[in-house]
Amino acid sequence: MTITQSVADRPPVERAAVRRAWRPFGPSRSISRRSYLTIAACSFVVLVAVWSLVSALGLTDELFLPSPLSIVERLVEQAQNGQLWDDMGTSVYRVLCGYLLAVVVALPIGMLAGVSAKVEAATEPIVDFVRYMPVVAFVPLTILWVGIGDPQKFLIIWMGTYFQLVLMVSDAVRQVPRSYIDLGATLGMPYRSVLRQIVLPASLPRVWDALRISLGWAWTWLVVAELVAASTGMGYRIMQAQRYFASDLIIAYVLVLGLLGLVFDQLMRAAGRRMFRYQRMGARA
Amino acid sequence: MSAPITQHSAVAHGTPITISHLTKRFGALTALDDVSLSIDGNEFISIVGRSGCGKSTLLSIIAGLDGATEGQVDVGGEEVYAPGRDRGVVFQNATLLPWMTAQENVEFALKPSGMSRRERADTAREYLALVGLTGFEGHYASQLSGGMQQRVALARSFSYQPRILLLDEPFGALDALTRRTMQRLLTEIWEKHRLTVVLITHDVEEAVYTSDRVVVMSARPGRIRAEVPIELERPRDPHVIDSPEFRDYATEVLDLIHEGTV
Repeated sequence: MTITQSVADRPPVERAAVRRAWRPFGPSRSISRRSYLTIAACSFVVLVAVWSLVSALGLTDELFLPSPLSIVERLVEQAQNGQLWDDMGTSVYRVLCGYLLAVVVALPIGMLAGVSAKVEAATEPIVDFVRYMPVVAFVPLTILWVGIGDPQKFLIIWMGTYFQLVLMVSDAVRQVPRSYIDLGATLGMPYRSVLRQIVLPASLPRVWDALRISLGWAWTWLVVAELVAASTGMGYRIMQAQRYFASDLIIAYVLVLGLLGLVFDQLMRAAGRRMFRYQRMGARA
Repeated sequence: MSAPITQHSAVAHGTPITISHLTKRFGALTALDDVSLSIDGNEFISIVGRSGCGKSTLLSIIAGLDGATEGQVDVGGEEVYAPGRDRGVVFQNATLLPWMTAQENVEFALKPSGMSRRERADTAREYLALVGLTGFEGHYASQLSGGMQQRVALARSFSYQPRILLLDEPFGALDALTRRTMQRLLTEIWEKHRLTVVLITHDVEEAVYTSDRVVVMSARPGRIRAEVPIELERPRDPHVIDSPEFRDYATEVLDLIHEGTV
């Protein structure tokens, strides 16, 4: 008791100094949010500066690596003539449809596999096997099945995310502490109510994480599908640009794709933080 | 069966428990070997023993969360097959549902009791007050200390008025000072709201201070070695732990635990 107290009573400044001296690196180090953002912004600036310098000095052919400025110009042009918004709209629509279809099927099956050993045995070995088949290799087959329209894009995105989602969701459900289920049982709740009122809400934060991660993958599968066979969308525009050696357009679209993925991820994160606020309320509120 | 419980009655009626020739094996390991024990209605007993003596297994079987290999447990004359609302359980970790506030956690336990929304809210507030948590109703588990979380768990277990309360090392994870406070609180509440209590603990002083009778178990296989009736005055005075009688009881129990071991 007294030993613990004497450590706690020591001035915090002194403790911090000791720690810094002993462990300059390592997982326990931390910096303020402000310095973190400053450093992050600086590294972006350095990257763009080096890139501009390389183009300005003519070290690379403009055809292979256009200058940042020409990419921005191309992007503005695409935005002004409306093509960028059309392509983005088409791609966002495809991602959301394919992804939501995967979510709608994966959630109930994953949850059931998480609580029932029989459902697990019936689904997980198959899912595990299919998961290792490269989705890209299914592109030709999906074209034979449903053509090159939107349904083929949905199908590829569905295949790329569904199988992973089932496994992640069932795992999230299995992580629910045994004692929560025991609690429900000792309160005299029927098994169904235990599932609905305890297991489901308890697994939700992890399930949400799984949804967020797999939404990122959905973007990759969309571009794969659009690069191979499409007549609209961002992947299609990139393919077209390659034909005309418009590398500035390619890079511009790749950057926009990255940005879109980032925006969706941040939206999911913010929503998760809001919904699962109870997890990190700290000692006093 | 005992008389019906009126809402918030000062004296509830605990049900007796009869454990007869209970044996539990996990493969080759015999966790419990022919354990027989009778617990009176409204009696407070503690089960002490070294880790691995099967005391927690015994509690799970009484709770109906685990089945026996041989023998049976009767609660109020009926054999136990499954968990039920007549037996409340307090686990070692408080097991508060983290997405609910303290108030909601207690109300959650009252849901199957058929109370109106308003009655549930009032009852939950009343029991949170009983464990000294007035003003913390809106706090989530992540905002409460370990001791406070266990207070909510106690309030939850008392609130729906089970006939039996089963406590599985409820204060084992708390620091020494908080543990003392919780032992006093539990004893105080029990002296007001009588029911049958089985407390699993490895803290000898906790067992002697709270109980009418201390049951000592031996390990591998788990058997009952001795029973020590504690005839200290009730309501228990917190200072009784400094008295020679208390020390004698504690020494006796401790010697019984150590008997036959090196």
